[in-house]
Amino acid sequence: MADNGRVVLHSPLGLLAELTHRCPLGCPYCSNPLALDPRGDELDTATWARVFAEAAALGVLQVHLSGGEPGARRDLVEIAAAAHSAGLYTNLITSAVGITAQVLDRLAAAGLDHVQISIQDSETASADHIAGYVGAFDRKRALAAEVVRMKIPLTVNVVVHRANIDRIADMVALALAIGASRVEIAHAQYYGWALKNRAALMPDAEQVKRAAETVEELRRRHHGEIVIDAVVPDYHARLPKPCVGGWGRRSLNVTPAGRVLPCHAAESIPGLEFWSVREHSLGDIWMNSPAFNAFRGTAWMQEPCRSCARRDIDFGGCRCQAFALTGDARATDPVCHLAPYHDVVVSLAAVQQDAPYAYRHM
Amino acid sequence: MDDATGAIAPDTRPRLPRGVRLVHSDAHGGWVLLAPERVFKADAIATEIVKRCTGEATFEAIVDDLAKTFNAPRERILTDVTAMLRSLADKKMLEL
Repeated sequence: MADNGRVVLHSPLGLLAELTHRCPLGCPYCSNPLALDPRGDELDTATWARVFAEAAALGVLQVHLSGGEPGARRDLVEIAAAAHSAGLYTNLITSAVGITAQVLDRLAAAGLDHVQISIQDSETASADHIAGYVGAFDRKRALAAEVVRMKIPLTVNVVVHRANIDRIADMVALALAIGASRVEIAHAQYYGWALKNRAALMPDAEQVKRAAETVEELRRRHHGEIVIDAVVPDYHARLPKPCVGGWGRRSLNVTPAGRVLPCHAAESIPGLEFWSVREHSLGDIWMNSPAFNAFRGTAWMQEPCRSCARRDIDFGGCRCQAFALTGDARATDPVCHLAPYHDVVVSLAAVQQDAPYAYRHM
Repeated sequence: MDDATGAIAPDTRPRLPRGVRLVHSDAHGGWVLLAPERVFKADAIATEIVKRCTGEATFEAIVDDLAKTFNAPRERILTDVTAMLRSLADKKMLEL
């Protein structure tokens, strides 16, 4: 954007379809909001099919079927088939608990393009402890083996925090052994439920440094064998992440009840007006809903963002994080070393407490 | 098929693996390569190369065809196509 404040409307690339907030696991780093959509409010199959058709017309290329655990939806196969029929690249993001081999087989036949399975650690006892679900680790490995057997590309997602950060190499080795083509090393992000467990999850600076070196070494060693993507631990960073590729620029998120958000934590910001697919088309929401337009462009920015050379690179970082840590959603993400509240992040990153997790059980 | 220099054997039949697709998008102004949780805009040259990676044509035939279609020196095409296909294969977006 050349001139300050002029908003260029892009076509979105991706849609995160949160099919349900229900989930059998209790992960302490869950970034879904504290108030979950109840089952009775979930969109039905036909509405999801309409949303996917409208998404494709709007330019969306990939849909991520997520949750909660999408396997909790009895109509998951029909929903995936509708996404595929709309011409969307269809990705299933699952805990693996609740998806049987039979369902996977039907999903593959319905045109599923890719599966992402989360694992919590490389060791059974620790993985099940983190997930808050005995037997989860074995079920994940079993479903992952089925995905590979069906020749569907598999990503293993690992959320990294203090309890498992020293085993990144083991978790990548596990992903390779399973037959994954891609692994995501995603440092825990502190949104929603995860804020309750921040001090229990927070790695120390030395661990973060070693983790970054480990990831670089693993990338060199496994070049061409497996793709390793990493999400940075932003409380330990100097520059903020370009959150969701910029607000209202590349992606949208539909909640189980049909509200459309620029990112999945956006409802944590008070005062934003979200529109629902029950009342509006997706195209209308993308272009005209107040929430999507709230932080598009650069006119909303304050200093130091407003005159910053990086304002079109990182977009001032994350609006939800700015609000959570400063009380002002227009502030520079305090992860940025130039932000007035950067010392808040520095001091929170230094707090590690070995307290028991607050599990998210429904 | 692999060798230390990165050369691709003439009889290799490059193909997009399951989970990687080349599609045209009017909204995004051209061809895009879709892969697991990634989207790459494909320029005109990349599009012409990837379109030919069907699993049927050999690498040799693809290079010959591109040299003829674009009336370009075969050696140059060979170098460029090798580099591009290697790069895609390293990202698990192509099978060689």
